[in-house]
Amino acid sequence: MSPPRPLTLIINGEPRALLVEPRTTLLDALRENLDLTGTKKGCDHGQCGACTVHVDGERVLACLTLAHQVEGARIATIEGLAGPDGTLHAVQKAFLAEDAFQCGYCTPGQIMSAVACIREGHAGSPEEIREFMAGNLCRCGAYPHIVAAVQRAAQALEQEALP
Amino acid sequence: MMDFSYMRPASLEAAGAGLASGGTLLGGGTGLLDLARLGIAQPQAVIDLTRLPGLDRIEVTGTEARIGALIKMSRLAAHPAMRAALPAVGQSLLASASPQIRNMATIGGNLLQRTRCAYFRDASFGSCNRRNPGSGCAAIGGVTRGHALLGTSAHCIATHPGDLAVALVALDAVVETWSPDGPRALSIHDFFLAPGATPEKEFALASGDIVTGLRIPLAPAAQRARYVKLRDRASYEFAAASIAAGLSLTDDGRVADIRIALGGVATIPWRARAVEAALRGQRPTPAAIAAAAALAMREAEPQHDNRHKLALVPALIERTLTEMIGDAA
Ligand SMILES: Cc1cc2nc3c(=O)[nH]c(=O)nc-3n(C[C@H](O)[C@H](O)[C@H](O)COP(=O)(O)OP(=O)(O)OC[C@H]3O[C@@H](n4cnc5c(N)ncnc54)[C@H](O)[C@@H]3O)c2cc1C
Ligand code: SF4
Ligand code: FES
Ligand code: FES
Repeated sequence: MSPPRPLTLIINGEPRALLVEPRTTLLDALRENLDLTGTKKGCDHGQCGACTVHVDGERVLACLTLAHQVEGARIATIEGLAGPDGTLHAVQKAFLAEDAFQCGYCTPGQIMSAVACIREGHAGSPEEIREFMAGNLCRCGAYPHIVAAVQRAAQALEQEALP
Repeated sequence: MMDFSYMRPASLEAAGAGLASGGTLLGGGTGLLDLARLGIAQPQAVIDLTRLPGLDRIEVTGTEARIGALIKMSRLAAHPAMRAALPAVGQSLLASASPQIRNMATIGGNLLQRTRCAYFRDASFGSCNRRNPGSGCAAIGGVTRGHALLGTSAHCIATHPGDLAVALVALDAVVETWSPDGPRALSIHDFFLAPGATPEKEFALASGDIVTGLRIPLAPAAQRARYVKLRDRASYEFAAASIAAGLSLTDDGRVADIRIALGGVATIPWRARAVEAALRGQRPTPAAIAAAAALAMREAEPQHDNRHKLALVPALIERTLTEMIGDAA
């Protein structure tokens, strides 16, 4: 038996101390130990993207990441995306405006993936968005609206960045 | 998932000691943790390599590219000097998996990904020689649309799933390893083992070997090589068939050097030597290309559901070479 070990994770800017077994994934640590259930478990095998979070600013899958592997790294989840006063992030606003979900289960992963997709500069056209959002599946098939939302958010963020 | 311990060694020596006492190496974890959760990999002690110093460099000189084993797929794909020197590498990586997986997965782990078919992944099928040596093969006589036609044996017909590996086989890459006995360099052509009677043995590595990096020589045909992947859907899918093709011509328009490697159809990344030999020294006319491409599947042994690849692969070779010659003109 490998007993739980203490670990500090920096989640949405705050250090959080927890005690987890070496085999615990980041996804289970977030959901079971830290009550951050916004990050979803779809397949638990790296196939669906529902568990997408950012580690040091890059999108990754929390279900195939060990919690101990990301000790000391900056982790961002859907819970930390809106401003402290509750102002939604441009991507969240765009998903609402474009009605980019049905059941909503894939949505936190879609949004975290879209934030990174735009930041990477991979949201220049619908074709590019489809390719670089391919790691996020939507069983409800909301894809056309998701692509529209990512495009809308990319444009809004570009406007914001103008001097 | 089975219980395991976790260590993060600070040196290759420490990682090597962990391996010697029965540990399992961890890169990005996208392959190992998936199989561990299925109960198919059963690591006792996981050795996280990702913070080892010195294995995260990319260097492109006038004669070769050197790539550290801990480089992430996304970083290698985006590296400007690599994209300029060896475009097929980035093309093969961007056609692999998803953006999230490419941000996690290391080049070493990518090279060492298990060859796996759907029956391998589903332990409720008792027969799988690769998972459980001597148990038989559930795929033979089963659903075989994704299975291999080249390099198969009576013991296993699983298709090698990698994309980068196909490019590396076309580019004559060299794999660098470290073990307590010292560093070693191994041609990519000797690295992957066809299943034969021992499908569970996939790589020409000893149990203490750690992959530390890759070297790719910069030959003209390699620098002009490209990677094309055909899939059953537009993205985020393994290859139905893929090709890494490199070509250089002499001043009078004959084929000086040619490299053709195939993915999605063979048990290991497959170098199509017969196609190359038929074109080397020749003028690459449409007729010569078609005749050469037809040789690619001469030794193929199709299964029930994958016969369409007998035509798909020659068509892919023909199309890719024709486009390359058109672009060079
Ligand atoms: C949904 C999904 C889709 C995918 N699609 C594709 C695809 O289209 N094309 C493709 O090519 N791949 C695909 N893959 C596979 C993916 O590319 C590999 O899982 C990944 O590259 C493995 O890298 P890693 O660093 O995560 O390896 P890990 O999971 O950490 O390790 C993989 C194996 O390599 C060993 N290992 C790791 N590093 C070293 C080292 N330095 N030396 C010796 N041994 C080592 C480990 O012990 C383990 O056995 C897909 C995977 C998933 C989950
Ligand atoms: S093809 Fe190979 S991996 Fe698939 S079931 Fe048969 S032995 Fe196992
Ligand atoms: S839950 Fe992580 S990819 Fe599906
Ligand atoms: S909105 Fe239901 S899965 Fe995407």
